[in-house]
Amino acid sequence: MFMILGYPAPLLFGQLLLGLINGAFYALLSLGLAVIFGMLNIVNFAHGALFMLGAFVAWGMLEYLGIGYWWALVLAPLIVGAFGVLLEKTLISRLYKLDHLYGLLLTFGLALIIEGLARNQYGSSGMPYRIPDLLQGATNLGFMFLPNYRAWVVVAAAVMCLVTWLVIEKTSLGATLRAATENAPLVQAFGVNVPRMITLTYAGGVALAGFAGVLAAPIYSVNPNMGENFIITVFAVVVIGGMGSILGSIVTGFGLGIVEGLTKVFYPQGSATVIFVVMVIVLLARPAGLFGRAA
Amino acid sequence: MLEVRDLNAWYGESHILQGVDFDVPEGEVVTLLGRNGAGKTTTMKSIMGLVPRRSGSIRFKGTETIGMRSDQIAMSGIGICPEERGIFASLNVTENLMLPRRVGTGGLDLPTIYALFPNLKERASSQGTKLSGGEQQMLAIARILRTGAKLLLLDEPTEGLAPVIVQQIGRTIREIKQRGFTVLLVEQNFRFAATVADRHYVMDHGRIIDMIPNAALSANMGKLHEYLGV
Repeated sequence: MFMILGYPAPLLFGQLLLGLINGAFYALLSLGLAVIFGMLNIVNFAHGALFMLGAFVAWGMLEYLGIGYWWALVLAPLIVGAFGVLLEKTLISRLYKLDHLYGLLLTFGLALIIEGLARNQYGSSGMPYRIPDLLQGATNLGFMFLPNYRAWVVVAAAVMCLVTWLVIEKTSLGATLRAATENAPLVQAFGVNVPRMITLTYAGGVALAGFAGVLAAPIYSVNPNMGENFIITVFAVVVIGGMGSILGSIVTGFGLGIVEGLTKVFYPQGSATVIFVVMVIVLLARPAGLFGRAA
Repeated sequence: MLEVRDLNAWYGESHILQGVDFDVPEGEVVTLLGRNGAGKTTTMKSIMGLVPRRSGSIRFKGTETIGMRSDQIAMSGIGICPEERGIFASLNVTENLMLPRRVGTGGLDLPTIYALFPNLKERASSQGTKLSGGEQQMLAIARILRTGAKLLLLDEPTEGLAPVIVQQIGRTIREIKQRGFTVLLVEQNFRFAATVADRHYVMDHGRIIDMIPNAALSANMGKLHEYLGV
């Protein structure tokens, strides 16, 4: 068998792929968190629940309405985004003048409620979601079998991250967003309806979580805890990348997924904690995170 | 064009403006003079809707704006160049220039703006806050000339700048006046104000205490020295 550094190549590449897949979800989720934190100054603890909601919406559309994966990939993020508009308008917008802690409490409570409702309705064992026909099967790369759906997840997440980055860094809408993150009252005095922009930013951030949820549905079973499993790690990713940094969350998300995957090969006992060890080291060396600007 | 009546403004418990009354006629350059802390900047911010609490009446082109949000006030045709200039560090010069929404017709087009401020064209892709103080000030003025706003609020545009740049800003203000813009200018430096303005309002302790037409400025020098404590 083909070996690398004394490890069988299929094991190494298999874990690398698993790491990339997890990294794709870390990147999509932490990207949404970064966009929301930058604009609203709120740490959105409901993010994992909204990721789960995206997967449930996709599952429900197939189960009750017969709407398939590809439509779900478009519609579920829109539905989660619309739900985000509702949350921001009715609840979150009341907290902007208060301490960070209130935002944390509210969104954490929302996460518990959303996840509790889902558990109450569907139990916690999880429901399967079929891989779409187009992406069934695997491709033989010579050194390993690459499941088509998993390759698609990595590509789709990377493209979505790139598009989000381009919108924020290269368009006039993105320039307005960046300016409002810096000095919202002045941007409003230049004629921009900032409250509406904040609502739509929150919607956009959680729509990214919804999109990630649909991508995740065929890989992990659709269950109420799927967001919870991710979100703790994602917060570590956000802290390592630098709170509110767009590029930081993308690079750190994919990077830490790979680090985690490789740790599973070389030192399996450490794989559950490696990200937190990285977090401690980064915070000691660069308290603002890898890509964060020191306050 | 702008009629301010019994304007009061508060920051928390502090009652900053205590009944401000003045008019800015269309096509004029009007200054607010006064010592530090007299309420000049707060008056500007109140007109723009940027103070937490205000009362009284601010009519712009006949429309009451006291209950409007600051973005609605901007869209009605007022542009602000704030005291701290407000150049965005995460935006380059072009992005800073294009940020304010277009609020009406008759704004200057980019070639005209670059003709007025050649430095901005050379530095179009520089980060906004990498510009020199004078260039940042020009950028802050240029970006509201683009929008079609007819009333421009300029808060101490000459503060901390070299004399040659102050002269350039003076030329710019006279130029935009010729083009039909109306300007409300906050100044500490009344010698500069005298070179551009039609009338001067003197503020003290959150009130307007006098109005001096520019033509009568030299006759009132003694009074003005007393007001400003210079």
